[in-house]
Amino acid sequence: MSETLLEVDSLDVRYGAIHALRGVSFEVKAGEIVTLIGSNGAGKSTLLRAISGLVRPSSGRILLRGADVTRFAPEAIVALGCSHVPEGRRIFANLTVLENLQMGAWAKRGREAQGLERAFALFPRLRERLTQAGGTLSGGEQQMLAIGRALMAEPAVLLLDEPSLGLAPLLVRQIFSIVREINAQGTTVVLVEQNAHQALGIASRAYVLETGALAISGLASDLARDPRVRRAYLGDESAE
Amino acid sequence: MENLLQQLLNGVTWGSIYALIALGYTMVYGVLRLINFAHGEVYMMGAMSGFYTAHWLGFARAPSVTGLVVVLVASMLVCGLLGAAIERIAYRPLRGAGRLAPLITAIGVSLLLQNAGQLVFGADPKFFPPLLQSHEVFRAGEVAVSNIQLTVLVTALLLMGALEYIVQRTRFGRAMRAVSYDAPAAALMGVPVDRVISGTFVLGSMLAAAAGILVGLSNPKIDPLMGLMPGLKAFVAAVLGGIGSVPGAMVGGLLLGVIETLVTGYLSSTYRDAIAFVILVVILLFRPTGLFGAPTTEKV
Ligand SMILES: Nc1ncnc2c1ncn2[C@@H]1O[C@H](COP(=O)(O)OP(=O)(O)OP(=O)(O)O)[C@@H](O)[C@H]1O
Ligand SMILES: [Mg+2]
Repeated sequence: MSETLLEVDSLDVRYGAIHALRGVSFEVKAGEIVTLIGSNGAGKSTLLRAISGLVRPSSGRILLRGADVTRFAPEAIVALGCSHVPEGRRIFANLTVLENLQMGAWAKRGREAQGLERAFALFPRLRERLTQAGGTLSGGEQQMLAIGRALMAEPAVLLLDEPSLGLAPLLVRQIFSIVREINAQGTTVVLVEQNAHQALGIASRAYVLETGALAISGLASDLARDPRVRRAYLGDESAE
Repeated sequence: MENLLQQLLNGVTWGSIYALIALGYTMVYGVLRLINFAHGEVYMMGAMSGFYTAHWLGFARAPSVTGLVVVLVASMLVCGLLGAAIERIAYRPLRGAGRLAPLITAIGVSLLLQNAGQLVFGADPKFFPPLLQSHEVFRAGEVAVSNIQLTVLVTALLLMGALEYIVQRTRFGRAMRAVSYDAPAAALMGVPVDRVISGTFVLGSMLAAAAGILVGLSNPKIDPLMGLMPGLKAFVAAVLGGIGSVPGAMVGGLLLGVIETLVTGYLSSTYRDAIAFVILVVILLFRPTGLFGAPTTEKV
């Protein structure tokens, strides 16, 4: 039985009148890739934002490596080993690629050199772009930079919010295979995706969020066969 | 021609003081999207703490470069602390409360410091002690440069150089640029955003303090309301350069100083204070992003 790294217990998040998450509970064990799927506005990003301390839950608990981090500031969550690659990449366009990576190493400043080597090994393109402003990179390169930057903090858990969004099919495949590689190197991954087919392909377990609540959960391979999932998220009209 | 040279020189010197103050506006705007209207009062407090330090330490009676440096550093430290306190007490509790509440609070802090200043220091003007004995260091025909003018210009340029170094080359400066661009993303990197904001207030306030001392050297009459007009004008300079842009504030300050001096010299001194506001209106009408400002991008 491997250790539970991240545990979310009956989480509620509200944005004013909008009840974005309702009693969401889930857990992630060390070494897993867990995927969260759900349609637009289901609350996937909100869940990641709550875990990393960007939004305050109105009730519920978040445990990271057994410690209650529910109302911790984002920097404390990063320091405890959980990094978040946000939706839309959020590259610092005014900083160079190198500076973006250095920002990622904020909590691990003694290990910047190792972090850079690891980022270049995963994304050789970044080495060629080091002195370029982050804003001048292509979408795919920005995604690589966003992931490389988050890895600079040497997280135990990496939260990825729609890393394949807006990328060409070839790049999407490349990103998925890199997520796998990162996981093989020992990083636990929580992957939010609309690209349910490929996400279920690399994940061990999956959760389906529907309008703020968990609808289905289980082994990724089981969900990939579940008719409800096939119909709603895999575009399979014939599933019943 | 020589007159023009002299005017330009005076304008650049005066403008370097605006630039020092404008930097505080622009940096705070960068990280908080707040116009810190209390900034002019921090500058006033810089001059006042310089005045008292010089008297307490005896430099007021014995002018010397050492005295100037000690007074400058002391006043920068005092105002650095003041800036941090203003941020902590007045602005931080309003984080996430929209943009209007902090703006109104800024005006409140400004009035508070003006009135507290009148209460504590007295409303009458004081004379800033001559920390340097004025003499001419250079003359070519009609163009004359005094050691005071040179000191003001060199000190301001050195401080701006130091700031540029901090912003571009240090870890803190990098974090400041990241927070200015996207504060939540910076938080996700593990950056303690509140501490970066606090550090930004400290830096900006230290520069304002230096401006207060440099003004004390060249225009020794100081009083608790002295921050009002230079504060507003430095704000105009920051907008002229492009609010949020560090090089913009430097250029905007220098430019405003030169324009003001030329207008005073060649048109009439009655327009001196009006010209800044004419510039403000023109910029807001035709180029709200200023000279160096990037068009604002809406953040998610
Ligand atoms: N800052 C906010 N203020 C108000 N409402 C918000 C905010 N952010 C998200 N919401 C609302 O909360 C709900 C969940 O949004 P969230 O972004 O978490 O969904 P999502 O599953 O990530 O969707 P997508 O697939 O489009 O990224 C939506 O109804 C959204 O409109
Ligand atoms: Mg989302």
